[in-house]
Amino acid sequence: MQTVKMVVTGPFSSGKTQFIQTVSEIDVVATERKISSESERIKETTTVAMDFGRITVDDDLVLYLFGTPGQKRFDFMWEILSEGMLGFVVMVDSSRPETFREARRILETFRAYAPTPYVVTANKQDLEDAWEPEDMRIALRLAPEVKLLPCTATDKESVKNALLELLYSILERMESE
Amino acid sequence: MALKGNLRDFSFSQLLNLISLAKKTGTLQVHGPEKAASISFDAGKLSYAQNSKKDHGLAAVLLRSEKLTDKQYQVIKEKANNIGDKELGLMLINSNYVTQDEILSSLKNEFVSTANDLFSWEEGIFHFENNLKPAADKISLLISLENIIIEGSRQLQEMERLQDELPSLDMALKFTDNPGTNIRNVNLSVKEWRVVSFINPKNSMKQIAKTTKLDDYEFRRIVYSLIQAGLVEIIRPEGVAPPTPKVPTLPVEGADEQKSLVNRLITRIRSL
Repeated sequence: MQTVKMVVTGPFSSGKTQFIQTVSEIDVVATERKISSESERIKETTTVAMDFGRITVDDDLVLYLFGTPGQKRFDFMWEILSEGMLGFVVMVDSSRPETFREARRILETFRAYAPTPYVVTANKQDLEDAWEPEDMRIALRLAPEVKLLPCTATDKESVKNALLELLYSILERMESE
Repeated sequence: MALKGNLRDFSFSQLLNLISLAKKTGTLQVHGPEKAASISFDAGKLSYAQNSKKDHGLAAVLLRSEKLTDKQYQVIKEKANNIGDKELGLMLINSNYVTQDEILSSLKNEFVSTANDLFSWEEGIFHFENNLKPAADKISLLISLENIIIEGSRQLQEMERLQDELPSLDMALKFTDNPGTNIRNVNLSVKEWRVVSFINPKNSMKQIAKTTKLDDYEFRRIVYSLIQAGLVEIIRPEGVAPPTPKVPTLPVEGADEQKSLVNRLITRIRSL
């Protein structure tokens, strides 16, 4: 059996667990705990080790999706998770501009660990106060060639689109070699 | 009991707070990995400060605060190099080069800036020598520490933010291709103009900071404001190769097999 993995990363509460849950064929093996920090208590639980989802491609190939822990104190997990990944998705909560700087830091860190292809998703586009993706591109200082995809992690088509765009980028990278 | 230790364990703001509350008189010597500083206090107030990386003579201080020209500074260095600061100050006032207020405000800025710099030191062996005062020929002041502690802590927070925004000074800067913007119409300070004049894809930010002799905090602050104003953008310096893009790790070898594997993934995701 061959296995490949993709990493889903992003700031705290950006929707990583939901993203994986939406397309995983197994219940996400979530390692969630109640939040202890007051400043991060905008939701009840958070991922403390990693989320883990699976998509069986055929008898011979399985794609694993790993979600990184959202809280800053688990940063040490990132390097381990990024090893051997096919590419990564950076989730950004479009309605919380206060997390954009953190999203940029995470993106830069992952690019340094492994310069593999990646896409950035402007998640929670269904919320009323979500920023427009093109405004987010400026705020996140993303170059024009970086794929910034509008996304709603609860919507399967939206998640599929993000994964497909990442796979197209991987294919393009291979063809340019 | 000697007051000594490492800034790693006892921060500079904690030290200043202690000196202020205990109204100590003496000199704090700090030896960091790259530079050293010496700060004197009189009854809990800052009286003198010097940094090992800078010429701390009065003429150099007045040159840095632009109260003396390069030429005037050179003349003083050649003809009055052996004169103490107090005597030199009197000579400069009497010959109408500078006023007393200009000397005092320049020294105050210099001492406060030296103290502020210490807030960013993460490491440094310190030692407080009780009752050790600056040399007799030096001009001492009395500056309250409360504002320095508040301002230093604020700058430290801002520095952390600036380091997040500009994590590496190895990159270069270029003017943005924004046809509506003419930098000549923008109000810039002298220091900002100095930075702007060196912006070129060939110069790394580190080189510009060194050439303009701006400290890390000030340089990052200027660059950050120019970026925020949309006047410049960060680019890779000319001649520096970008990191080689990595082909993702795949469990099969051979280009065709790898493409086939990715295509199988694409087909599967589409079918979800």
